[in-house]
Amino acid sequence: MKQTDEADSRGYYRRMQSAIEELLILKGVFSGADVEREVKAMDSRNPGRGAKMVARAWVDPAYKARALHNGSAAAEELGFAVGPLRLIVLEDTPRVHNVIVCTLCSCYPRMLLGLPPEWYKSSNYRSRVVREPRTVLQEFGTRIPDDVEIRVHDSTADMRYMVLPLRPAGTEGLDEEQLAGLVTRDSLIGVAMAKAAAQA
Amino acid sequence: MRSHHDMGGRPAGKCEPSEHEYELWEKRVDALMMLLSDKERQLLKVDELRRNIESLGADAYDRMGYYERWMHSICQTLIQRGVISIDELGRKMAELEARDGRA
Amino acid sequence: MGAPEPLPARFAPGARVQVRRADPPGHVRTPWYCRGHAGVIERICGSFANPEELAYNRDGLPAQPLYRVRFSCRELWQDYAGNAGDAVEIEIFQHWLEPA
Repeated sequence: MKQTDEADSRGYYRRMQSAIEELLILKGVFSGADVEREVKAMDSRNPGRGAKMVARAWVDPAYKARALHNGSAAAEELGFAVGPLRLIVLEDTPRVHNVIVCTLCSCYPRMLLGLPPEWYKSSNYRSRVVREPRTVLQEFGTRIPDDVEIRVHDSTADMRYMVLPLRPAGTEGLDEEQLAGLVTRDSLIGVAMAKAAAQA
Repeated sequence: MRSHHDMGGRPAGKCEPSEHEYELWEKRVDALMMLLSDKERQLLKVDELRRNIESLGADAYDRMGYYERWMHSICQTLIQRGVISIDELGRKMAELEARDGRA
Repeated sequence: MGAPEPLPARFAPGARVQVRRADPPGHVRTPWYCRGHAGVIERICGSFANPEELAYNRDGLPAQPLYRVRFSCRELWQDYAGNAGDAVEIEIFQHWLEPA
């Protein structure tokens, strides 16, 4: 039998995954169908969910108030289960820009946005966004004016965060679905603004 | 002692807005975590998962992929809890390796 | 036999608090960069089992009040040059906080 060295580590952990899955199925901890169901469920979670919440908040002030008061309930109102973690919706204003991070691991509003992008889990992002948020945002092509305050939210415990970005100018004529099309994943994390109307 | 995973404020490189299509095996690691930590099974707590990731050395932490760290940690937790034994896991992995070799 | 009552909250929103400067081993969810620094309670998030205990498969009870604490970037980083209103908000469990 071949001993595992570093170059082979990917194969090693992949094999460990298969082995543990098989052992746990044999022990009756769960079934293969349970695993398939979880994979499918995760595939179905994507930033479109967060985008729908944002578009609704843009067109419906009462919904926005409910979302800011209780993000989890506002998500569930649109049919998105968020589980035991609590969702806090962070409202951008002309004076305040919000951005989220998890410096300790990679906590992310996965029930609404799906799995996080690679850079969100990187040590570069986790190390620097709390220390030099303006520079980090510029690396994403986002320049925040000096007179706008930045709030960085470090998800260290049982809360999860999603940004409610500013509604772009000139979108008065758009319907809710068109508005949702302006809301990108990165704007829900806070490293970008929602797209301008012409980019829709 | 500041632990390696606790990296907020440390000097680090430029952020590259990289994307990554998750591979199926990575999603299956995620599925294991979801199932083992759910209300029905309660065989793993999220903070146990984190602790076992944090106890990786800094070199291993940086070298391993995200879901490799998770897989390492799920495995450690299941051994610590007595859900699986090292021996049965070793035998199963050898069996899979032999099977893959023939495929 | 129910779970023990959550610990009562010691701090109200708006209160000034200081994060304890401590360096225990184990699984700790209080980031290093905020230890020893002063901030303001932004909100009480509720009460949750203590992750330092959950990490060893214990129940972490009684539940601890969890706060969101707002730290000015200039408080956290002496040389911070951005807007004086720039801030970092962190979830911190009560046992890590003292009145400032």
